[in-house]
Amino acid sequence: MVDFTFWDIAKQLLLALRWTVGLSLIAFVCGSVLGMALLVLRLAKLPGAQRFVAAYVQVFQGTPLLMQLFLTYFGMAMVGIDTSPLLAACVCLTLYSSAYLCEIWRGCVEAVPKGQWEASASLAMGFTEQLRHVILPQALRMGIAPTAGFSVQIVKGTALTSVIGFIEITKAGQLIANATFEPFMIYGCVAALYFALCFPLSLWSQRLERRLRPRR
Amino acid sequence: MAMDFATVLGQWPMLLKGLVLTAVLTGIAIPLGVLLGIGCAWSRLYGGAPLRFVVAAYVEVFRNTPFIIQLFFLFFGLPSVDVRLSPEVASILAMTLNLGAYACEQIRAGIEATPHGQIEAAQCLALSPWQTFTRVVLPPSLGRVWPSLVGQAIIVMLGSSVCSQISTEEISYAANLISSRTFRSFESYILVTVIYLGLAVLLRQLLNWVGPRWVFGRRG
Repeated sequence: MVDFTFWDIAKQLLLALRWTVGLSLIAFVCGSVLGMALLVLRLAKLPGAQRFVAAYVQVFQGTPLLMQLFLTYFGMAMVGIDTSPLLAACVCLTLYSSAYLCEIWRGCVEAVPKGQWEASASLAMGFTEQLRHVILPQALRMGIAPTAGFSVQIVKGTALTSVIGFIEITKAGQLIANATFEPFMIYGCVAALYFALCFPLSLWSQRLERRLRPRR
Repeated sequence: MAMDFATVLGQWPMLLKGLVLTAVLTGIAIPLGVLLGIGCAWSRLYGGAPLRFVVAAYVEVFRNTPFIIQLFFLFFGLPSVDVRLSPEVASILAMTLNLGAYACEQIRAGIEATPHGQIEAAQCLALSPWQTFTRVVLPPSLGRVWPSLVGQAIIVMLGSSVCSQISTEEISYAANLISSRTFRSFESYILVTVIYLGLAVLLRQLLNWVGPRWVFGRRG
């Protein structure tokens, strides 16, 4: 058995933290892009698109992230893509966050008064112009706080990628706990690191919510 | 890629057993979690400063750490301090604590939205603070936040899949087992995913039915 000092453990956990942060960023950025695309698809009132996006959101919100991860991991292998845990984790978390972000932003778009659509239409704006100049600037402003709040869910969601073998901080904690037989301390440290990542995000989101609350 | 669901469906007794345990875990954790949330919401609004601080710390810790770490801490970490929990108990405890933290904030928001006149009216009728809280303030507050509570309860139900990682033999555990026995990973997981989807829809309808009748409806 290797002897680990506290410093060794802390160093390993901090190194693994980079992957948690990296994966969260990838999932958030790619998820936002895809989520926005889905939102536009839904708003564009293309035949069938509305139903497709609604089903997509329902599936991702109504099933456990763990199952989604397993399905992505094994499903990608099944269609012949050479999957690594990193790739599967990125793809799955991107899809997962896109569904949630699309739903969050849809709520915001619906909160924009209908008169704004009508007014911009009466100025002969096309659909893209309406979205770009009138609807989205207002909707996204409302969406900032819940989006920041959801980023906490993404960070916490990355913990599950340990299950398909991606070595981020949860998996690193598991490996170290198995080697040192000090699960109490290690999982305590891992929890503290997650808290250090998520709590500032939560506080920020709460502050944004207070500041950007629409005044009526 | 040929799908073979027959092999997986052949293992239906295992799936059924897992489904029952998932339902039991959820069925215990949701009421306990909501009760805990009510208690915490009360503490954060009316408790003394030390109690408020402790509850606030609990809420923030559980809302800002992943469920899987909470579970690992309870199941693998606590034995170091001589608290040994069975996988099922650890799962229920983790789910309850997790739901309690979220429910606390939602219920607190509901209580804060109570019109002040309601409380004054209750005082005029000489109701004790306890009666005022349980009969006047709480039921409509729960009614106000019921949709978000239901959403959170569903998230906790779906989160119970993570309990398979500490060998709680619920339905995801069954999926893992079936996939390693039959090598039909994708099929077993997709089947179980569909079951979860069904459970989520069912649970929403159940709670939307239960709420108005038993939790915040009119009582004679």
